[in-house]
Amino acid sequence: MKKSGATQSGLSRRGFLKALAVGGAGLAAPSLALAAPGEASATPGVAADAELVTVLDLSRCIGCGACVEACREANEEKFPEPTKPFPAMSPARRAKPEDWSGRRDIDDRLTPYNWLYIQSVRVRHGGADHTVHIPRRCMHCVNPPCANLCPFGAANKQTNGLTLINDSLCLGGAKCRTVCPWHVPQRQSGVGLYLHLMPRFAGNGVMYKCDRCHQRLDRGEVPACIEQCPEEVQTIGPRREMIAKARELAESMNGFMYGLDENGGTNTIYVSPVPFELLDAAIEQGRGRPHLKGVADVMAEENSAATAALLAPVAGIAAGFLGIGARLLGPGEDGHATQSKEGDDAR
Amino acid sequence: MRARPYSSWISRLFVVSVAGLAVTGLLQMPLAERYALTEVPGLAWTGDFFLVHRLHSYFAALLLFTAGLAATNWLRAWRDRLALTPLGAARVVILGGLMVSGGLRMYRNLPSVTLEPALVVTIEWVHLGLAVALGGAALAALLRGPSAYARLR
Repeated sequence: MKKSGATQSGLSRRGFLKALAVGGAGLAAPSLALAAPGEASATPGVAADAELVTVLDLSRCIGCGACVEACREANEEKFPEPTKPFPAMSPARRAKPEDWSGRRDIDDRLTPYNWLYIQSVRVRHGGADHTVHIPRRCMHCVNPPCANLCPFGAANKQTNGLTLINDSLCLGGAKCRTVCPWHVPQRQSGVGLYLHLMPRFAGNGVMYKCDRCHQRLDRGEVPACIEQCPEEVQTIGPRREMIAKARELAESMNGFMYGLDENGGTNTIYVSPVPFELLDAAIEQGRGRPHLKGVADVMAEENSAATAALLAPVAGIAAGFLGIGARLLGPGEDGHATQSKEGDDAR
Repeated sequence: MRARPYSSWISRLFVVSVAGLAVTGLLQMPLAERYALTEVPGLAWTGDFFLVHRLHSYFAALLLFTAGLAATNWLRAWRDRLALTPLGAARVVILGGLMVSGGLRMYRNLPSVTLEPALVVTIEWVHLGLAVALGGAALAALLRGPSAYARLR
């Protein structure tokens, strides 16, 4: 599982660029490039704009930080430039601004200015010591609670599988951070729409996180973290192919996967030679430093409730055909009155 | 239930579901924690976004059941004997829009469903706008006197 595995199914940085050349239509039809023939083993039935999955081979990561630096450079123009002083917020005791603008260089956790960072740990497994470096960022869930529960549609899943927060719509309530199983989005106050509404009473800035370099994907390029990685840790490609690749990779190293089933499935799959339970126990966790625990599908119960609601009108119509509630009341009657003349007619 | 020509339990179902939807709809915004509603004894649940979202769906199910029941009765028999009041007709239209946009929102949240982001934003804001409009129409109906949706012809 060294060089060859990176391109057999799905696309490494080099393979992706080669596929662009083979396809010959990279920039003209960017989404097609990801499913271009040659490198991507052309799985039948995979739509050109199908959801894209990244696979991270942790056995290859050396923790050099090139991906972190590349992420910052590629997304610098999206970083917040807050207006100061921040508007007063009520109640002041509970609504506090969050300001990272003076700490933009922090790279050991997620912040509005650092959408990717590396957790490095040393663990013992199988009688050997392993140093494992884990690039951490948004997992881009298949059914993302941050997008599903955002009351304003500011967080949205795109048809290519990434979840994007619209910084012109986001009010910075941080609900997305609360409902995210990894609490990934980070808030910067003093920026965004809330400043133009009722900054004292609602909103508190804008939430920021990895958007998988959507502007680069739109141009037919891979995300910057993938392009700049000297070890080709990550590959990106259509979901079906990437899942097959992750399984193959895990099998080849007798390793473990994380992200395939977490929260009902994500579009990020880590493959590690070390069990994730060991990694989770070893990594530093806290605000902006996500865990590696198993995660049940947090939207599962919501989906059941939604299904019930979507079926409810059918039950109502059936009840109507059974004559339930059909009786009409005459003047002066209430719901418990005896059946009226009108009621007889109504039946 | 002032002088409504239909059974009061239908009105009650409707009022309970719409009131529940209004409360849980407001709580979709992250306000409960900020405004210390979660500190009020018995109201800690208002800060649980997943629970509040589920409750919104259950109240929506109740409203959709009531709407299905009323619509079927209307088409089968009531339309010959009842007429919508002007503000009743306005609220029926708004409610119809709320139910359609809310249904689309629930559909959008199902796994394996991914709608175009522009459509999702449109659905969200139409739903929000109609909720405000329904509140305005309901207030106007209350201020004008009898607030029933329909009256006997």
